[in-house]
Amino acid sequence: MTKKKNKLLSDQRFIVLLVIAALIIIYMIFSPEFRQYSSILSMLDFSYYDVLMAIGVTFPLITAGVDLSIGTGMVCYALLAGSLIRNQHVPVGVAMLVCVLLGCIVGMVNGLLIAVMNLPPFLATLCTCMITRGIGSMSSAVPWPTTQQDGGWFHSIFKLTFGTGRSALKIPIGFILVVALVILMEFVLNHTKFGRYTIAIGSNKEAVILSGINVKFYHVMAYVICGLFAGLAAIAYAAVVPTVQPGTGAGLELDAIGGVFVGGVSATGGYGSVLGTLAGVFVIVLLKTGLPYVGLQANWQQIITGAVLIAAVLIDVIKRRRAAKAQ
Amino acid sequence: MGECILKMEDIDKSFPGVHALDHVHFDVNKGEVHALMGENGAGKSTLMKVLTGIYTKDSGSINFEGREVEFHNTREAQDAGIVIVHQELNMVGDLTVAQNIFIGREFMKGFKIDDKKMIEESNRLFAELKIEIDPKAKMKDLTVGKQQMCEIAKAISHDAKLIIFDEPSAALTEKEIEDLFVIIRDLRAKNLGIVYISHRMDEIKVITDRVTVMRDGGYVGTLITKDCTKEDIINMMVGRVIYEEPKTKSQVAPDAPVVLKVEHLNAGRMVKDVSFELRKGEILGFSGLMGAGRTETARALFGADPKTSGDIYVNGEKVTINSPQDAVKYGIGYLSEDRKRYGIVVQKSITENSTLAALENYMSGIFINKSAEKKVTNQYIKELATKTPNADQLVVNLSGGNQQKVVIAKWLVRNCDILIFDEPTRGIDVGAKNEIYKLMNRLAAEGKSIIMISSEMTEILRMSDRIVIMCEGEKTGEIDIAEATQELIMDKATRNIE
Repeated sequence: MTKKKNKLLSDQRFIVLLVIAALIIIYMIFSPEFRQYSSILSMLDFSYYDVLMAIGVTFPLITAGVDLSIGTGMVCYALLAGSLIRNQHVPVGVAMLVCVLLGCIVGMVNGLLIAVMNLPPFLATLCTCMITRGIGSMSSAVPWPTTQQDGGWFHSIFKLTFGTGRSALKIPIGFILVVALVILMEFVLNHTKFGRYTIAIGSNKEAVILSGINVKFYHVMAYVICGLFAGLAAIAYAAVVPTVQPGTGAGLELDAIGGVFVGGVSATGGYGSVLGTLAGVFVIVLLKTGLPYVGLQANWQQIITGAVLIAAVLIDVIKRRRAAKAQ
Repeated sequence: MGECILKMEDIDKSFPGVHALDHVHFDVNKGEVHALMGENGAGKSTLMKVLTGIYTKDSGSINFEGREVEFHNTREAQDAGIVIVHQELNMVGDLTVAQNIFIGREFMKGFKIDDKKMIEESNRLFAELKIEIDPKAKMKDLTVGKQQMCEIAKAISHDAKLIIFDEPSAALTEKEIEDLFVIIRDLRAKNLGIVYISHRMDEIKVITDRVTVMRDGGYVGTLITKDCTKEDIINMMVGRVIYEEPKTKSQVAPDAPVVLKVEHLNAGRMVKDVSFELRKGEILGFSGLMGAGRTETARALFGADPKTSGDIYVNGEKVTINSPQDAVKYGIGYLSEDRKRYGIVVQKSITENSTLAALENYMSGIFINKSAEKKVTNQYIKELATKTPNADQLVVNLSGGNQQKVVIAKWLVRNCDILIFDEPTRGIDVGAKNEIYKLMNRLAAEGKSIIMISSEMTEILRMSDRIVIMCEGEKTGEIDIAEATQELIMDKATRNIE
């Protein structure tokens, strides 16, 4: 029984990997542009903030909750920290720390509203989504220091550049960094108390309470971790966009959340993996940044992404129905 | 028999609409198995939940190991050495057996949970209990019996001084019950206090030292097991409450037509080739152990769960029922065992609940005809003697018995002639139970046909004209009430189990 199931699960992750491979092959066949190294680099550049948001939001989703505030939150943190750099001449390192800190605070607010005040996660984070969007709009558009400027070193966290001009060699070390974080959080999910209780809360919260565990603390923590990663995503976002525009960010969380579901997190909580999330987000990223290479317009990206998401959630639902039948 | 380990005195507890515990006394000695008995709703589980801090008592005192205690949650009770093996299993299905046993007190290696050690410890516990369970299996993949064994292992691993077994045998096979008794005797020999809650008279005689009986939330008395007979205990349990006269023979006319015929019904793994007939004016009892597939049969018949195969005939005509909507169309109403989840909308009024299933009959154009709605609701409030100030009362404010009447009204308003009652008196106090029984008998006399699923043997024997017995998804017997005895039913209900 268990063995069979493991096989099924690995099958689902396998499907996601196949989809990624298929997309890449299709793009390579139909678009000579896509075959260039620079295209892959730029695609990776624009994937980091999605992946980081998705790692974070995996945790609330496993508790059978959600966090809608990460998209607008990310932009808000990047704007506030960016203004600090420009107006207060704060060092970039401190600004990065501010991003992470703001993320944790908003995450904690979400967690307290949900776990302590018992607001439905959808509603609570919809409110903080609006609030962060509003706060973000108060600031003006800020460009973070570019690579050429003084203090632009933070770009090199994501991409090392050797040499200059056309022959410059660029290495996407951001990808390695992101993968390392994924592995770290996969470990946290499976081998720490926090991770285990996150799964347990999503599976049977009542039983966790009756086991005498401080459920509220761990439930809040799931949102704090989510906020923390939204803060990290803010740094990655500031590093790739020319200027961070106020009032934007709404909708970006949906790409991340969609990716998590494609990666196999159960739509009703209780099961998930961060590795799956990584794979799932890359499907979304490939659809988002790759389709234009084969001549499909923005509206098609949305439609296809939606269809892929339906397929992924259906797999989860069918799997569960089969498991229920088998019992 | 050792010294007193637990003394509960004058415990009182009320919930909205129910006086759950009325100045109850209970005490347990070291090295003793003390049975706590009473019908469903007598207050046994509530008393134990007060003890372990799940509920807070309104008044009274709890003395544990010579100290006055008041626990605020199960963790505090656990730390003091009181552990409860719950009737409803409290397990996290998506975690493994070992992870469940040690939840809340995981072995750590720095930040990392030491899963290896937890698996080793689980194996050690299972060896001690002489049971074979894979600690790495997901909890939801185990049978109910195995899950229960894990609960017991978890309780024992807590270094408990007092273990409460809340109807542990309800879902166990004969073999598993024997294993359980070996474990309990072992624990008694180690001088632990044990509370054993059960309905099964034979088990009480075999395993317990003393018996305390509760009735309607009140304390009735305590007896020494070996000095009393089964009848003594039953008399204490039932008391002077006058029940509807038990049926000695079927009340169904010999020429009554068959209104519902189910042939070779299969659905999932819990319903295997079930066939039966229901006649006009009949109460057909469905008996069996927990997990016998009775509710699953009813849900498949009602279209709430998908069927794999099988034919259904209503009034001799073959019908297709793929959804509750279809079932209702053919006049079948289903009263769920879990009223609050499936039966009623608690935050709405009696009127809104009563007409919920038949709203199309109370419309004027696109608007709901409020006065017609009110009229029919008041009619059924009167007819079913529902106790409420008026039809606008929110259902959440009614007692369990009156809530059940609202559900019955809902199906009567819809003109259902076939009613499936799933545990009709669960969570209803004894006085109100009798009213529900009377009502069911009256409905049957008026020509409604009733399928009654019940886990209470007394209820089955009191109400049914005919009894269908199920075990592990199969129909294992069908007995006319004239020939039915508790022993015969139990025998058939455990037929398939080793």
